[in-house]
Amino acid sequence: MKQNVRIAAGQGFWGDLLDAPVRQVEGGPIDYLMLDYLAEVTMSIMQKQKARDPNAGYAKDFVPLMRRILPTCVERDIKVTANAGGVNVRGCADAVIQVARELGLGGKLRIGIVTGDDIMSRLDEFLSRGIELRNMDTGEPLSTVRDKIQSANVYLGAWPMVEALNQGAQIVITGRATDTGLTLAPLIHEFGWAQNDWNRLASGTIAGHIIECGAQASGGNCQYEWRSIPNLADVGFPIVEASPDGTFVVTKHERTGGWIIIPGIKEQLVYEMGDPHEYITPDCVADFTTIHLEYEGRDRVRVFGIEGRPATEFLKVSISYSAGFKAVGTLVYAWPDAYEKAQAADRILRRRLDRLGLQFEQVLTEFVGVNATHGPLAGPPHPDIPEVQLRVGVRGQDRSAVERFTKEIAPLILTGPPAVTGFAGGRPKVEEIVAYWPALIPKEEITPAVEVLEA
Amino acid sequence: MKIRLTELAHARSGDKGDTANVGLIALKDEFYPILVREVTAERVKRHFKGIVHGDVERFELPNLGALNFLLHESLGGGGTLSLMTDAQGKTFSTALLRMEIEITEKEAADLHG
Repeated sequence: MKQNVRIAAGQGFWGDLLDAPVRQVEGGPIDYLMLDYLAEVTMSIMQKQKARDPNAGYAKDFVPLMRRILPTCVERDIKVTANAGGVNVRGCADAVIQVARELGLGGKLRIGIVTGDDIMSRLDEFLSRGIELRNMDTGEPLSTVRDKIQSANVYLGAWPMVEALNQGAQIVITGRATDTGLTLAPLIHEFGWAQNDWNRLASGTIAGHIIECGAQASGGNCQYEWRSIPNLADVGFPIVEASPDGTFVVTKHERTGGWIIIPGIKEQLVYEMGDPHEYITPDCVADFTTIHLEYEGRDRVRVFGIEGRPATEFLKVSISYSAGFKAVGTLVYAWPDAYEKAQAADRILRRRLDRLGLQFEQVLTEFVGVNATHGPLAGPPHPDIPEVQLRVGVRGQDRSAVERFTKEIAPLILTGPPAVTGFAGGRPKVEEIVAYWPALIPKEEITPAVEVLEA
Repeated sequence: MKIRLTELAHARSGDKGDTANVGLIALKDEFYPILVREVTAERVKRHFKGIVHGDVERFELPNLGALNFLLHESLGGGGTLSLMTDAQGKTFSTALLRMEIEITEKEAADLHG
């Protein structure tokens, strides 16, 4: 058994720095590259792409990335875990196999795929059997939005990925898998942790939580002494160096920017945290109040003492549904009286919308430069404020009403208060709202499938 | 005397649906008891008046010298439904650091000493 496994984070979300995974592979020794591509709304975007093109529906960036790093991964035996498969895991794997063959790597690597997370076609079966898939936040049953659903996927945990690794997969591609599972699975595979070794499973889960947002653990978005953070232009993404006992060190490659410091790790630990005693994943329940941190050298923070508890009997389901339309329009007002002018323009706009008889579920006005982030906490602006951006958003079920709203912004330039600009982008775009419906499903209803393909 | 939280703590915030979370972390271990004493759920709810429409929950993490707050009904519906610039509550962290709290003369002396 290896005594030390290095897992590097390469993407914190779909759209993160394109070169980060390449730098992780080439910048120093690693055993695994972990890539998190799926945000909550990503699945519905992919579902739409697949409806238009049966070969689409996965994280497109993943394939050119594989082209860049596969030769090095094969040469140095670096394995990859990625939830890049979206709603077309097989299509994604086929594209990677194609690339591997073009690179002359045919027969030199295996690709594991994990499916079974997509339950879109089974929803009516579940509902008819009394599995209501109630919204975890609002308590409403899924039947209230049944005809608007665009995608439905279960969050799978680490174990199906472990199975793929055990079968010799070098690249593991999943659909909707937990971010933390992408890190935990390699550790279970390497160290042979048991299914009920809750403390170690919780350790691997928290290791995953720390690196799943990429550079947010290594100096990015770090409030602590932010001016002192070295060379963020070349920020090094975080790496976990784990031991068989579950303890691990968070670090990064040498000669990269950013930093690994205890206050920075703490910031990432509390990110998107609920009840810290109960961080629930498909694999375990991790207790964040048992985490201990200490320095083990420059850019090295040791994490230890973590305790976990048995996993719950449920899996989380991520359902997306169509929830109407929205649009946001902006204009910029300049000194003098910038805020007062922006407020006057907002009143004029709202009167015109009223006169048109347009109905919206919500109209929201923000004044960027005054209250868009901290609202009333920001207090009144300086009377000489140099400029204010008026930002008005509307949302509703009637697309034509939202469309009409977008045509009322530009006219304010010639028919409203003076010293106004900032309309070079044209009319605001109407966006379809794809909303998120979190629910729970009993574990026994879901059977993940694992397959290992030869490149 | 009164002091702004930003002198005692740093923070990071995020979202889960229409709930924002703010993790408040003591800049030094000795500041943590002050945070526990002064930054109660009730005071945070009052601080975010007009922004947080639901309850505020507080959890303690003495091991990290941190408090975690859940601010329910604070993101205009949350996720893609929200029309807010900060639909993910990313800047609620520094909004909390604006809060003024009361510290003793001795605590003030330790802070600046």
